[in-house]
Amino acid sequence: MSDDQQRKGRGTVFVKEEVCKGCSYCIDFCPTHALEFAREFNAKGYHYPVLGRPDDCTGCDNCGLYCPDFAIYGARWKDIDEKKKAK
Amino acid sequence: MSLLMDQSAEELECGMDNPVLPFLRKDRIPHIWCPGCGIGTTVNSFCRALGDSGMDLDKIAIVSGIGCTGRTAGYLNLDSFHTTHGRAIPFATGLKLANPDLKVVVYSGDGDLTAIGGNHFMHAARRNMDIMVVCINNFTYGMTGGQVAPTTPLGPTQTTMPFGNFESSFNLPFLADACGAVYVARWTVYHVRQLAKAMKEGLQKKGFVFIEAMAPCPTLYSRRNRLGDGVDQVKYFKERSTIKNGVDTKDVGLTYQGDIVVGKFVDRDRPTWMDSMNDHFGKVLGDKYETYGAHHG
Ligand code: SF4
Ligand code: SF4
Repeated sequence: MSDDQQRKGRGTVFVKEEVCKGCSYCIDFCPTHALEFAREFNAKGYHYPVLGRPDDCTGCDNCGLYCPDFAIYGARWKDIDEKKKAK
Repeated sequence: MSLLMDQSAEELECGMDNPVLPFLRKDRIPHIWCPGCGIGTTVNSFCRALGDSGMDLDKIAIVSGIGCTGRTAGYLNLDSFHTTHGRAIPFATGLKLANPDLKVVVYSGDGDLTAIGGNHFMHAARRNMDIMVVCINNFTYGMTGGQVAPTTPLGPTQTTMPFGNFESSFNLPFLADACGAVYVARWTVYHVRQLAKAMKEGLQKKGFVFIEAMAPCPTLYSRRNRLGDGVDQVKYFKERSTIKNGVDTKDVGLTYQGDIVVGKFVDRDRPTWMDSMNDHFGKVLGDKYETYGAHHG
């Protein structure tokens, strides 16, 4: 996610992999279907979400609103950059 | 000690953090709720409502009863109390009357609030006690093992109804409306934004506020009745819900996997219990009476 990496889409997600319970709310209710399950799983054995189609993420945070476990949220690059500058 | 919810290196680098974290006791996450349980999503909406309301968190207290939803009080970063079964409303009433400055929220499940706590629910609404009640309705008793609840619709099996439920269920918004609540709304876990907005309105409303949030219990309701997982129930909420604001609450009863009416059904004003008390004693006792909790009702 550093600047030298090429950015795709208008936003991205932050995932706390170890807190996820693999319920699929975020994946099913992402308006642009940008998320998918990772092939890997966490210590508890749950597959967590990854941004499979980063081009499609708008950073709308719908995934963050749905997550029952507070394990994911989305943000716009614009806002991320502002936060970074303010730091 | 490092916590699972601590900022990752990636987040630290750009100063980002989950926007709901200021409202949660980070050290208690992950919570106990099952994968696909909808209670966490309602808590997520409640955190957004707390943020959007701009209210001083030191002036809000949360009370819950027993049950899966009853755990909520322990996860929120507010003054909180986890009461005995069914007694969240009387505890909240005492809290409010002793501290009229507080906004008191009761956050509990359908079984706790409307079965064992049903009587308290009726009377707090009748008196128009100035508290906000959020009822997470998952149609069953989760924590104790899937017994039939007063909200279980006709049809599905429960551990105490192995051949399917034959008892009529409550229409909760109708119950709250009939008892005198000043604000009544129903949303589901699918309606995260509307739910957060209703909770914000509820926090700012004076009087007895009732918000029903329909949530899946994948472990003891959905899978038991071969309805799939939590996410499948949320998809059912999405497909079968119609928004009808202001509709007569007698028409919003729920049936097994049938159509769902959601919306804000009631929003009215009437004197709270404390207003009525002050008003009455003021009239009867005149100057001898000193108004209690004057500016807060
Ligand atoms: S931020 Fe929005 S677009 Fe991006 S993954 Fe989350 S829900 Fe999808
Ligand atoms: S909604 Fe949350 S818990 Fe469910 S799969 Fe997505 S990140 Fe994991």
